[in-house]
Amino acid sequence: MATQPLTDILPDAAVDITDVVCPVTFVKAKVALEELDEGQILSVRMNDGEPVQNVPRSIKEEGHQVLKLIDNGDGTYQLLVRKMGE
Amino acid sequence: MPFTNDQLQRYSRHIILQEVGAKGQRKLCEAKVLIIGAGGLGAPAALYLAAAGIGTIGIADADEVDLSNLQRQVIHTTPDVGKAKVLSAQETMNRINPEVTVKTYRTFVMADNIMELIADYDFILDGTDNFPAKFLINDACVLAGKPFSHAGIIRFKGQLMTYVPGQGPCYRCVFREPPPPDAVPTCKQAGVIGAMGGVIGSLQAMEAIKYILGKGDLLTGYLLTYDALKMDFRKIRLPRRDTCAVCGKSPTILAPFDYAQAVCELG
Repeated sequence: MATQPLTDILPDAAVDITDVVCPVTFVKAKVALEELDEGQILSVRMNDGEPVQNVPRSIKEEGHQVLKLIDNGDGTYQLLVRKMGE
Repeated sequence: MPFTNDQLQRYSRHIILQEVGAKGQRKLCEAKVLIIGAGGLGAPAALYLAAAGIGTIGIADADEVDLSNLQRQVIHTTPDVGKAKVLSAQETMNRINPEVTVKTYRTFVMADNIMELIADYDFILDGTDNFPAKFLINDACVLAGKPFSHAGIIRFKGQLMTYVPGQGPCYRCVFREPPPPDAVPTCKQAGVIGAMGGVIGSLQAMEAIKYILGKGDLLTGYLLTYDALKMDFRKIRLPRRDTCAVCGKSPTILAPFDYAQAVCELG
C-alpha cells in the first residue's frame, strides 16, 4: 500500500481498511492508532461511501485530530490523523 | 502479534469500547482463568469467558453430565449426557471460540491438588456447590495470593463476592466456618431455578473480565445478594476481619485442608 505524495504531512504509520467492513473499519483504524505515541500521525486508506462518512467522525469522537482527507481518485481516500492523548 | 482481520471482527464490540480497546482485548487474550465446577455457575461463566477470548481457560470438575443438569448447565447439551463435564464444556467453548486454549482437569478439587491447580492462573472462579469446596478455594486463593470470585446459588437466591489479595475481606472473614454437614440443603435437595446460574455465573465472568482489564470497581468488600422472587439486589458492605483464621493478622490456617463432605453428596 503506497502512501501517495499528495500532502506534505509525513505519516508515522499507515493502515489499509479497504479489506474490512463496518464496524471493523473503525476498529482496525483504532487499533492502529493505539500502537502510536501521542502526536504521531497515522495514514488510513479507506473506501468511498460508508467508511468515509463514518470513520473520520468516529476517530474525532475518540479525541484524535483529523488533519486531512485526500481523494485518491480511485474510489479510495487517505485520511491523516494525529494521535491525541489517551 | 497484531490482530488479524478475523480477530478484529470477532472482538470488534469489545475493541470499540473505550475501556477495552486493542490493549484491553490483548490483556483478555493473554489472561488465564480457572473455573472450578462446570455446573450451574461454571457453565455460563465458561461460555462468556471463551467468547471474550480469554487466552487460557482451565476447567475442573470430576462429574459426568447428567440429564438433571441440563435445566441450568447451559454449556452441556442432551447428547452430552454421560460425557465428562470438562470435555463437554471444552467442546462447547472451542466451538464458540477455537482461539482459546481450554485445559481440562477431571478431578475433585482437594487440599492435596488445589495449590498446584491454581498456581498458573490469574483469576479463579468458584462455581462449586458445597461448603467444604468453597472454604478450600478461599483458603488456597488467600494462601497463594490469587484473586477469585465466590458465588453460591440455591432456590431463587444467589450471592457473589470478589476477593483480591490485600483488598477487603475473604470468604472466611465473612462466614468463618462451614455449617455442619446436612445443616444446609444442597441444590440437589432444595432445588434451584435454572436462570439463577445464568445471572450469578455471568456476574462472575464479568468480575473476572473487569479484573483482567483493570477497569471499574470490583465486588471487593461487598457481598451482593439476589432474591429473584422479590426482584431485589442488595450490596452489603463487609469489613475485613483482623482475627480471620486465614487472612487475619495471626493466621492459624497455613495450608489448605479438607472439611468433611455432607454424606448425601458423596457417591
